[in-house]
Amino acid sequence: MSDHDTPAGDPTGHVPAVPEEPIANPGLPEHTWRPTDVDEHSEKRAERQVAAMYLASMVCVVLFVVVYFTADIGDNWTTFLGLGASTVGLGVTLAAALLLIGAGTIQWARKLMSDHEISELRHPARSSDEDRAEVLEKLAAGGEDSGIGRRPLIRNTLLGSVGLLGAPALVMLWDLGPTNAKVTAEQPYPGAGLEHTVWSKGMKVVRDVVGTPVRVSDLEIGDLVNGEPEAIFPTQENGQPALHGVALQVAKSKAAVVVVRMDPGDITPGEGRENWSVDGIVCYSKICTHVGCPISLYERTTHHLLCPCHQSTFDLSDSGRVVFGPAGRHLPQLPLDVDDEGYLIARSDFTEPVGPSFWERDTKDIGDQGEADL
Amino acid sequence: MHLLNRTAGRISRHRRRPIAGALLLLLGLLTAGALYTAVLSPANAAKTQSDTELAEQGRKLFLVGCSTCHGTNGEGVTTLRGNQLGPSLVGVGAAAVDFQVGTGRMPMAQAGAQAPSKPEAYDQDEIDALAAYVASLGPGPAVPNSSDYSLDNMTDEAQEAAIVRGGQIFLTNCTACHNFEGSGGAMPEGGSAPKIRGVEPKYIYEALLTGPSNMPSFSNGNLTPEEKRDVIAYLGSLNDSADYGGFGMGGLGPVAEGLIAWVGGIGILVGFAIWIAAHTTRTNKKKVQA
Repeated sequence: MSDHDTPAGDPTGHVPAVPEEPIANPGLPEHTWRPTDVDEHSEKRAERQVAAMYLASMVCVVLFVVVYFTADIGDNWTTFLGLGASTVGLGVTLAAALLLIGAGTIQWARKLMSDHEISELRHPARSSDEDRAEVLEKLAAGGEDSGIGRRPLIRNTLLGSVGLLGAPALVMLWDLGPTNAKVTAEQPYPGAGLEHTVWSKGMKVVRDVVGTPVRVSDLEIGDLVNGEPEAIFPTQENGQPALHGVALQVAKSKAAVVVVRMDPGDITPGEGRENWSVDGIVCYSKICTHVGCPISLYERTTHHLLCPCHQSTFDLSDSGRVVFGPAGRHLPQLPLDVDDEGYLIARSDFTEPVGPSFWERDTKDIGDQGEADL
Repeated sequence: MHLLNRTAGRISRHRRRPIAGALLLLLGLLTAGALYTAVLSPANAAKTQSDTELAEQGRKLFLVGCSTCHGTNGEGVTTLRGNQLGPSLVGVGAAAVDFQVGTGRMPMAQAGAQAPSKPEAYDQDEIDALAAYVASLGPGPAVPNSSDYSLDNMTDEAQEAAIVRGGQIFLTNCTACHNFEGSGGAMPEGGSAPKIRGVEPKYIYEALLTGPSNMPSFSNGNLTPEEKRDVIAYLGSLNDSADYGGFGMGGLGPVAEGLIAWVGGIGILVGFAIWIAAHTTRTNKKKVQA
């Protein structure tokens, strides 16, 4: 321990004056040179390295063009190491071309460009008081010049005209698509509008993709069917009118259902929904009530249906009640019945709008919903 | 003796044609032969014996390996608290046993949300015995034949069409849980939908039939045998085809790929930058002033 560390122990009783710079500024260390600075051979070599990288980059670009025109894509694509030759080739050559330009430039900067250390003092971010005063003065002078304070008529009309420029945007956005009220009133295709789907009384439930109707006796407990109304798969036999284009897409996306069969004893029917299931077969909308993802992650032992987007979970044995997740409403249930041939049919359309909430939606409790159109 | 001879003689007298004796002999031989073949032949005896014997052998295996959870008669075990230790196996069929034991899911190593696939504990003969025993408990789906899911006797165009159809069925019914490439995915409460690419077609068929664990079933009334065959053909085509888009990273989907790109890709760039800044060659030589 030295005396410097314990000034309080100084017998003279006064603190020694602190020198201006307690530790002398050592300054920058002496500059050391790079091999390329002192050795002409290594300088030449570095130069060649940089040029070689730029040249290799050019080669890669040429290879890119070659791959683009030689590697087959489409049905009969070329493979490379079990991967798509075109995708891999284009990706690797373009990445290498860019990387080589970057690497060459770094090599150039670090080996050949000057590397003298410089120091630059940091300046405060705040402007000087004089500058600030000057700016404020100029702003005030400008305001005075324009007379905006003295001429409220001009000021107010200017504000009004700029504000009203929002109107064209609003009108154009408004007209991007027909409003729900208009679609519902005009009914351009069956089940148009947010409140209704293409389901109707007596419409058969068919399997998605294959379009075959679902016979009650064919389903076993634990079976799951991803279903659609037969209107989506019109045939000669069912005599449904064919939908096309947007109408078909809209109808299909709104009417998708999941049909599951469970032990009838497991079902807790909602109020007024006692006869909506057939021998333990229940049918729910496949569209999540949160933001409308299609759901069919079904667990047969818990009867839970899980939405993969935000983990909303619905209990299909209990009126589609939300048991977990952000969904705010139960899953709409489709009332089921059996026709004379033993096929599953709908008793009516859904009794409430399917999918996520919207402004005009009229939410009713389960007990207040009857079977529509019955 | 005399009487017997006389009786025989009387019968003989009643015969109308000498050929009748030969016919009777032939009939007797045929009857004896048929009876022997149907009931008494050693080969058939082994077969009829083996069905019951196989089930009996399976019962012995069952009592040792399965009955702790599934009960000594496969009736299932419920604990005092009402939890189910193992479900009843009445009516699950041979297909369920072949799937669960053949993929190593059963016997379970420990209770849990789900039985994971692991190296199987029984060989195929033992599995057949167990399956025969469980099938004898109640009617259920049988183990499918390879002809049920094979496309071998179809033309190329028909195979192509089957694969396309199977793909559509797969994307509608299976993708939600098993991922669009069959890579599997997470399920609630610690469960997961397993990866189904590279799984033997027989086990896929059995899983569809029986709905293992929490999976819904796709019985033959629900998804026809031809549709099952097409789905299996589509999965096979996924295995056979190369990755068109380059390295597939397991086909786990955009989240996993994004994670790899951001963490792996940017990590490499950061490491590269640090490496560049840390490596500068200096020399002790002084520059010769010109």
